[in-house]
Amino acid sequence: MPLSPAIKGQFVQLRSLIALVLMTIALSLLSPHFLTTDNGINILRQVSINMCLSIGMTLVILSGGIDLSVGAILGFAGAIAAGLVKNGLSIPGTDVHLQFTTSGAILAGVLVGALLGFHNGVAITRFRLPPFIATLGMLSIARGLAFLWTGGFPITGLGADFGFIGTGAWLGVPLPVWIMAAFIVLFLVVTKRTRFGRHLYAVGGNERAARLTGLNVSRIKIAVYTLAGALAGVAGLIVTARLDSAQPNAGLSYELDAIAAVVIGGTSLSGGRGTIFGTVLGCLIIGVLNNGLFLLNVPPMLQYVIKGYVILVAVAIDQASAPRNRDS
Amino acid sequence: MSDVAISTEVLLAAEGITKTFPGVRALEDVSLRVRAGRLLALLGENGAGKSTLMNVLSGVFPPDAGTIRLGDGESVSFANPHAAQARGISIVHQELNLVPGLSIAENIWLGREPRSSSGFIDYRRLHADTAAILARLDLNVSPDTLVGDLRVGQQQLVEIGKALSTRARVLILDEPTSSLSSHEVEVLFGVIAELKKQGVGLVYITHKFEELARLCDDVVIMRDGRVVGEALYSELTRERIVQLMAGRESKDVFQKSTFEPGAEILKVEGVTLAGGGAGRRLLVDDVSLTLHRREVVGIFGLVGAGRTELLEAIFGLHPDRTTGRVLVRGKPVSFRSPADAIRAGLALAPEDRKRDGLILPMSVAANASLASLRRTLRGGLVSRRRESDYILPYVDRFRVKTPSLTQIVVNLSGGNQQKIILAKWLATEPQVLLLDEPTRGIDVNAKREIYAFIDELAGNGLGLIVVSSELPEVLALSDRIVVMCEGRKTAEFTRAEATPERVLHAALPDRASLAS
Repeated sequence: MPLSPAIKGQFVQLRSLIALVLMTIALSLLSPHFLTTDNGINILRQVSINMCLSIGMTLVILSGGIDLSVGAILGFAGAIAAGLVKNGLSIPGTDVHLQFTTSGAILAGVLVGALLGFHNGVAITRFRLPPFIATLGMLSIARGLAFLWTGGFPITGLGADFGFIGTGAWLGVPLPVWIMAAFIVLFLVVTKRTRFGRHLYAVGGNERAARLTGLNVSRIKIAVYTLAGALAGVAGLIVTARLDSAQPNAGLSYELDAIAAVVIGGTSLSGGRGTIFGTVLGCLIIGVLNNGLFLLNVPPMLQYVIKGYVILVAVAIDQASAPRNRDS
Repeated sequence: MSDVAISTEVLLAAEGITKTFPGVRALEDVSLRVRAGRLLALLGENGAGKSTLMNVLSGVFPPDAGTIRLGDGESVSFANPHAAQARGISIVHQELNLVPGLSIAENIWLGREPRSSSGFIDYRRLHADTAAILARLDLNVSPDTLVGDLRVGQQQLVEIGKALSTRARVLILDEPTSSLSSHEVEVLFGVIAELKKQGVGLVYITHKFEELARLCDDVVIMRDGRVVGEALYSELTRERIVQLMAGRESKDVFQKSTFEPGAEILKVEGVTLAGGGAGRRLLVDDVSLTLHRREVVGIFGLVGAGRTELLEAIFGLHPDRTTGRVLVRGKPVSFRSPADAIRAGLALAPEDRKRDGLILPMSVAANASLASLRRTLRGGLVSRRRESDYILPYVDRFRVKTPSLTQIVVNLSGGNQQKIILAKWLATEPQVLLLDEPTRGIDVNAKREIYAFIDELAGNGLGLIVVSSELPEVLALSDRIVVMCEGRKTAEFTRAEATPERVLHAALPDRASLAS
């Protein structure tokens, strides 16, 4: 008996949940170090960076697009914040030197991420570039800017205040996990309960119809890419603060992990179908898998192969159970 | 030739075919026989199961139960359309399945390209074989022409050519004339007559009764997934067919109410829409019209007359290519986007509902509330309860048949989809409703309901513009009729002045004569 799409959506998430539970049980049996509070918190902290990127990626993919530039934006935004907090900003050709507080630098990092995301949105709507191309270009631009800004060297020694973002904790839970949790709740509400969220699904589900219904498709898309960029900026801050170092290469190929999490979470790459909750599960699955393979001493090269197959199998199962849409 | 012998030879028989889709029993215990040299017309409202049946017969998907037999009694099951084709069964689908970037020849022989001895495609033979087919179809273009460069009608003929190229014993045609010009229809009918003489068995799905008289030998009528009537065409009357299709006594004519038109609500002056592509042909050329409250203005024209484009231009869909003036309630407006038009009280229900009207993966409620979501907010957030409270009266008013508001619209019939679009627009409380082919692909009963709604809405003080290519529909619905041809307005009639002949004449290009 084929399932209706509504039930099917729940089924996909249920399946992700079951997969996550099974993995957890299996790893608990295989490794005594897996099912401990410390390791649990460790996994959540590791997942928090990909979660920020994946939430933004979910919005982008729901709108019918893709964003390849989030990893590079993460790198540049982290570098900007680190550079500003450490060295401040000298405006060339003048004697003006701006010194930044930690919060000023943090804000600047997020804003730079949002700005590059906005750039993506404008390229896609105003200049009609396919999202793949627009963000592929941005991948290179942002990475290049990160190298220009840092001169190719890590920026280190950022101070305890800045480091707090990455290493601080509240109630025994690391700050990155709190940040991640806040974004999950925020964007669950945004996608389920706001006009913007509804419009996002509409644009991804049928852009022409959305336009004819009076939706400002360009504005929605620009907002989506801007949000994805800002979230990448936040992720960049977490990475930089945790390492107390901004590497120009930070976030290299992170966009692929984000896309993988979204896809494993059951969101359709063609847009209009998917949930933040699914992405949360997808992220956790990847996080648990990474952690488990590490604990089991699986060689890193093999880990890549295994992760690749997890993505393929997850999507293959999705495809196999998808109703073939045929007009009767 | 012995007619009797040929006419009794069964080429393809379906026995007890049943097919279920999620939530819908599409076919139930359906049987029919396709005979050599005869044309079987398959009739029924939309959603009756005709296309599903043909998809089963041509191997697009397998039946859940039942058997398909070939002429020799052999029971067959086709894994895919290719397998059906190999056994002599070909289908021309209603929608086009062509690759726009390949030539006519490459499309027709796609997957069956003739090879030379060296293993490469034998382009000379490909070209010659295609030229022969195009000649049969009276298509005066080179086989090397890219399909994307052809008009839709010509593409339809290429699709038919593809079916001819398989030398099928059984040929299924699903509404093949929907986008053909009258000349192309004549050519197709000629080809069909020729195929009948060669002993090919044809199945023909159509909504156009006038085509039956020219072609038809046998009739099978379907309703709700079952066969409800089967007879020789000569034994049936049109009334009887309509009655069987609708499932009850049908009254053909819709009785329109006449309201005293109110104040002028929309005025269009010299609207011109330039084409987007090369050539810069004008899609709409200097069209003016007025619309009053409580009035229905019909716009009639053939495919390509620029009617849809006129509505789109008025609705602010092509602001950069549109010139001319639009006045709403006497005030000049300049719509930069549909959102502007909606704010001014306009609404547009598009012709292609799946492409332009609905968000298919979204629910009935989400689709219906999409244009008026602002009214369902509570504390800045969408409240599900408020949404359904707000939208339910509209969905109910149009008698949308859906199990629930959370049902995904992709599974609903064309009539119900159209009603959801109407509910969506009525929820914005518009004053001008632009309807583009509001009954296209909709069954007889839903059609009558839509007519009644149009009447009712006019009575409530709205002004409506109804674009249609069905002449009886335009004549029945409109207080005034504007006729368009090749982008220009060619005539305007009051209800009293309008006769089928006069309206049709104004819709035809100068050089063409009235088809007999």
